[in-house]
Amino acid sequence: MTPFEYLRAGDPGEAVAAVAGRPGAAFLGGGTNLVDHMKLGVAGPDLLVDVSRLPLDRVEETAGGLRVGAAVRNSDLAAHPLVRERYPVLARALLSGASGQLRNVATTAGNLLQRTRCPYFQDVTTPCNKRVPGSGCSAIGGYTRYHAILGASEHCVATHPSDMAVAMAALDAVVVVLGPGGERRLPIGELYRLPGDAPQRDTVLEHGDLITAVELPHLPAARRSAYRKVRDRASFSFALVSVAAVLDLDGDAVRDVRLALGGVAHKPWRAARAEEALRGGPATEDAFRRAADAELAGARPLPGNEFKVAMTRGVVVAALRDLAEEGR
Amino acid sequence: MRVGFTVNGREETADDVWEGESLLYVLRERMGLPGSKNACEQGECGSCTVLLDGVPVCSCLVAAGQAEGRRVRTVEGLAEGDRQAPIQEAFVECGAVQCGFCTPGLLVQAHDLIERVPRPSDADIREALAGNLCRCTGYEKILAAVRLAANRRAENP
Amino acid sequence: MTVRRGAVGAPAPRVEGLAKVTGSAAYAYDRPVADPVYACPVQATIARGRVVAIDGGAAAGVEGVLAVVTHREAARLADTADAELAVLQSDAVAFRGQFVGVVLAETPEAARQAAGLVRVEYDEEPHDTELRADRAGLYTPEQVNGGFAPDTDEGDVDAAMEAAAVTVDRIYTTPMLFNNPMEPHTSVAVWGDGGDEGGGGPGEARLTLYDSTQGAHVVRSTLARVFGLPPERVRVISPYVGGGFGSKGMPHAHNVLAGLAAMAVPGRPVKLALTRQQMFSLAGHRTPTIQRVRLGAGADGRLTAVAHEVVEHTSALKEFAEQTAVGARMMYAAPNRRTAHRLAALDVPVPSWMRAPGEAPGFFGLEVAMDELAQACGLDPVELRARNEPEVDPESGRPWSGRHLVRCLREGAARFGWEERAAVPGTRRAGRELVGLGVAASTYPYYRFPGSRAVVGYDGSGRYTVRIGAADIGTGAWTVLTQIAADALECPLGAVRVEIGDSELPPATVAGGSSGTASWGSAIVAACHAFRGAYGTEPPPGAEAGADMPRDPDAERFAMHSFGAQFAEVRVDADTGEIRVPRMLGVFSAGRIVNPRTARSQFIGGMTMGLSMALHERGVLDHRTGHVVNHDFAEYHIATHADVVDVDAVWLEEEDAHAGPLGARGIGEIGIVGAPAAIANAVHNATGVRVRDLPITPDLLLR
Repeated sequence: MTPFEYLRAGDPGEAVAAVAGRPGAAFLGGGTNLVDHMKLGVAGPDLLVDVSRLPLDRVEETAGGLRVGAAVRNSDLAAHPLVRERYPVLARALLSGASGQLRNVATTAGNLLQRTRCPYFQDVTTPCNKRVPGSGCSAIGGYTRYHAILGASEHCVATHPSDMAVAMAALDAVVVVLGPGGERRLPIGELYRLPGDAPQRDTVLEHGDLITAVELPHLPAARRSAYRKVRDRASFSFALVSVAAVLDLDGDAVRDVRLALGGVAHKPWRAARAEEALRGGPATEDAFRRAADAELAGARPLPGNEFKVAMTRGVVVAALRDLAEEGR
Repeated sequence: MRVGFTVNGREETADDVWEGESLLYVLRERMGLPGSKNACEQGECGSCTVLLDGVPVCSCLVAAGQAEGRRVRTVEGLAEGDRQAPIQEAFVECGAVQCGFCTPGLLVQAHDLIERVPRPSDADIREALAGNLCRCTGYEKILAAVRLAANRRAENP
Repeated sequence: MTVRRGAVGAPAPRVEGLAKVTGSAAYAYDRPVADPVYACPVQATIARGRVVAIDGGAAAGVEGVLAVVTHREAARLADTADAELAVLQSDAVAFRGQFVGVVLAETPEAARQAAGLVRVEYDEEPHDTELRADRAGLYTPEQVNGGFAPDTDEGDVDAAMEAAAVTVDRIYTTPMLFNNPMEPHTSVAVWGDGGDEGGGGPGEARLTLYDSTQGAHVVRSTLARVFGLPPERVRVISPYVGGGFGSKGMPHAHNVLAGLAAMAVPGRPVKLALTRQQMFSLAGHRTPTIQRVRLGAGADGRLTAVAHEVVEHTSALKEFAEQTAVGARMMYAAPNRRTAHRLAALDVPVPSWMRAPGEAPGFFGLEVAMDELAQACGLDPVELRARNEPEVDPESGRPWSGRHLVRCLREGAARFGWEERAAVPGTRRAGRELVGLGVAASTYPYYRFPGSRAVVGYDGSGRYTVRIGAADIGTGAWTVLTQIAADALECPLGAVRVEIGDSELPPATVAGGSSGTASWGSAIVAACHAFRGAYGTEPPPGAEAGADMPRDPDAERFAMHSFGAQFAEVRVDADTGEIRVPRMLGVFSAGRIVNPRTARSQFIGGMTMGLSMALHERGVLDHRTGHVVNHDFAEYHIATHADVVDVDAVWLEEEDAHAGPLGARGIGEIGIVGAPAAIANAVHNATGVRVRDLPITPDLLLR
């Protein structure tokens, strides 16, 4: 771990200025991802600006929606009565992530910005374009069980590991960012990048940009929503694949649907094609399957993760079917 | 830097602490509290679990500076004077301790659970303890110990 | 000579339980030492070749760094015959992750940072890490672990297979597996007369090691030889050990590295604990196995042929040959039997013992094959095994000291509700889940190793002390030995204190082969009887008597093994393939159970490790680099609380009259044997999918 200075920011503006003014600086939230990476040598900031104690730790009601402060802990967010009532998919997604100890420390912003769990990324002795642009992608031709089937490139096949982000993607969350130039809002779908030829950039954020809040829009249909995560053991593992689903039925027809997939891409994957195929159609297993297939038509599995296509189909169908049954 | 926080009810300070040291390291190597264990240093096993401001965390991932001015409680501080905490007694009674290396972290995590949740179901317990790995016991006796301690706690709130 | 019942047989609580729950039990790294130095290894990033240059300049410049030691600076070891322990003695690299240096610093963070700055240049050679059954260079080892012959051949297996009414001929595989005890391998080493444990005359080097080991005496004798010291000048102290499962059964490279590092800072203790990641290359592992199992039987299921042929790997650096097919030699009767072991010497880390070496992987292949045979014969799998129960050991012809496998199977079947098992696979559902039941047989040999000695002393005020260099690695040995001593002395449990875990104590064999209770226990019984024989019931203060473990006359006359029946229920999600195991049951025959509480923990712990082996564990070796990619707990999965729902273990109430004075056979490892097969067989019953390769993961069961 390279030596670093530690600064506790007093307010968001100070934090932004401190990081923006120093190329080697980084924001520190809960630290469960960044501190780990510093020990592994994956990250080496020379200044940590601790933003975990900024007054960004509230969950507030907005017009039918919620505004979640960036410093709200994952465990608190999952337990919040309004989250559980209005966006159960989000509560379930949070609870399916990590362990109790980690959820107690991890912040909303930190969770969004956590980096891939690709073992080659985390090992400084194996080539990785995300870590060292141009050095190669060790996952391609290697161990790909946790890697992408959608939206990948020849430079990087990593997946985004956050469950919370998948749920937020399904909910059309908006991320509030404070940068050196002021505040702006980003739909979560625009926060994340696909790897393309610059896999070292997970998001569109610039150095010094600080996430201050996430806004969840008014979405009554989200009261019937679910998160389903498929993993190699019953708990405490990253997703093989996952799905966040919101299903709004009008009798037996799909009035509206939101679907986001985890474990399949460099970002939470909003399954827009599947949604389109479902909207206005019947809420049957057949329709669910066809919609999943429509989304997976563009899948490019790797040797070692071909199973993710069938698994994604299976979990999408299961999640929608269960939601539809709930609704009857 | 100098770092100061309350540990098991006592004010402690450590000098010449490097920012990159973890809370776990500070407790073990500087404050003479080796009860919390380092088994993975990645937050993946729970052996380093301590209470930070009353909430269980993996101390291996808490940078020393983040602990400044806060309240820490370790396995060494679970007992009330001479009396073991209900969870400690239950672990011994139920035979939930084998090699013992995962035990301190489990005790802290389980202690927090039964303080927060009056009568946790088996599923609650399993999920709450899912972040604490044990290679020896097969978990059964740990579950029995948590149930026992929870029942006793509920009877003596 | 048997022991009066009293403390033995009671569920006495662990003697060290309070120390462990209060955090006061001092494991190796916890031991307070004066003025410590922290060590961080530098590891090879190639799998084969030579170090041509090491530049420690930048590392040495980090504040707090005291030394950078490579093969150039390291002292010459006196004995390098054991290639695994010839640490920093040459520029050769034999596997990725091997030690090529060590940085010593005032803080572990400085050491770690500096280690990352050491620049190493290699002359890299092509490496070979891939195990395949059809690869070139497979060889027959002279013997396999345990001292067994690598091959056996009785009758004519090929002819019998040709003639058999029903046959099974399949390949089964198990992956690279890692013991992963919770406590990382740790050595705190100090030379000279450091601390309060040292001492030695002028010019007499003395090494003290606070260690985490399954055998303090083995570490002492090995390091004495390696460093060229008389054993009296090496002391190994290891009272508390956070698990081992075989990986701490013999010294590994880190023990030597700690000693070498400590030479660079004489008088100061060097603290070295492997990181979890480092353990994947330096703490041993279980070889992957490729097993061809052939079974030939009559239409009634009676076996005429059993063949178990295994391909596995070893490190090219040092041979370890897992005895995967040895169990098939004694498990079932058949006039035509063949077993074989072939090794590939690869550029991989050195394999070593992992819980139930041989039986654990071997009984996956054998017991799934038996299930396939039952299916092919149209027989119930419990019935199939009952029909093939041998009267005597098929291999040696000796009578069994106690074999009650069929009773275990029948009793287990009754308790488990075996009659609810669907006869046709894939036909039983509960909502969206497919339900299945499976069974497998289990066995583990009874070992009693000579070489232990116990000494009993009396303090004059009612307290006895028993001293023996045994190890409690979570097994409960400390408690069990106390019970055994109390009964042998015919005094209350509370009057006895047992001292273990120190090479200054009388010598003891390693905690391994499930042999501890029998080996150390019988030495203790002999010593206690010697004590009473010498001093009667009114010993004077300071009275002392000792005895070596007596020979076991029955060991040559009987075939001595523990047996068990493993049952599992699985539920498979029809949409995602996820597998959950809501129930497991093991019924065991292991002779007398000395402490029901600790025994149950051991059985269940073993079965849980078997569940983990069945569903979760796999070391992924990337052949392009020669390293295990998933080298941490995030990616190498072991079973968590959430995975283990209801695992039950019961045993037959019995004594083995031939298993020493205690009548007890070993129990520490049998739990893992057969459990993976029971789960695999249950998966087949649930889904109709026959998985022959571990681990069984959801992707294998997707429709």
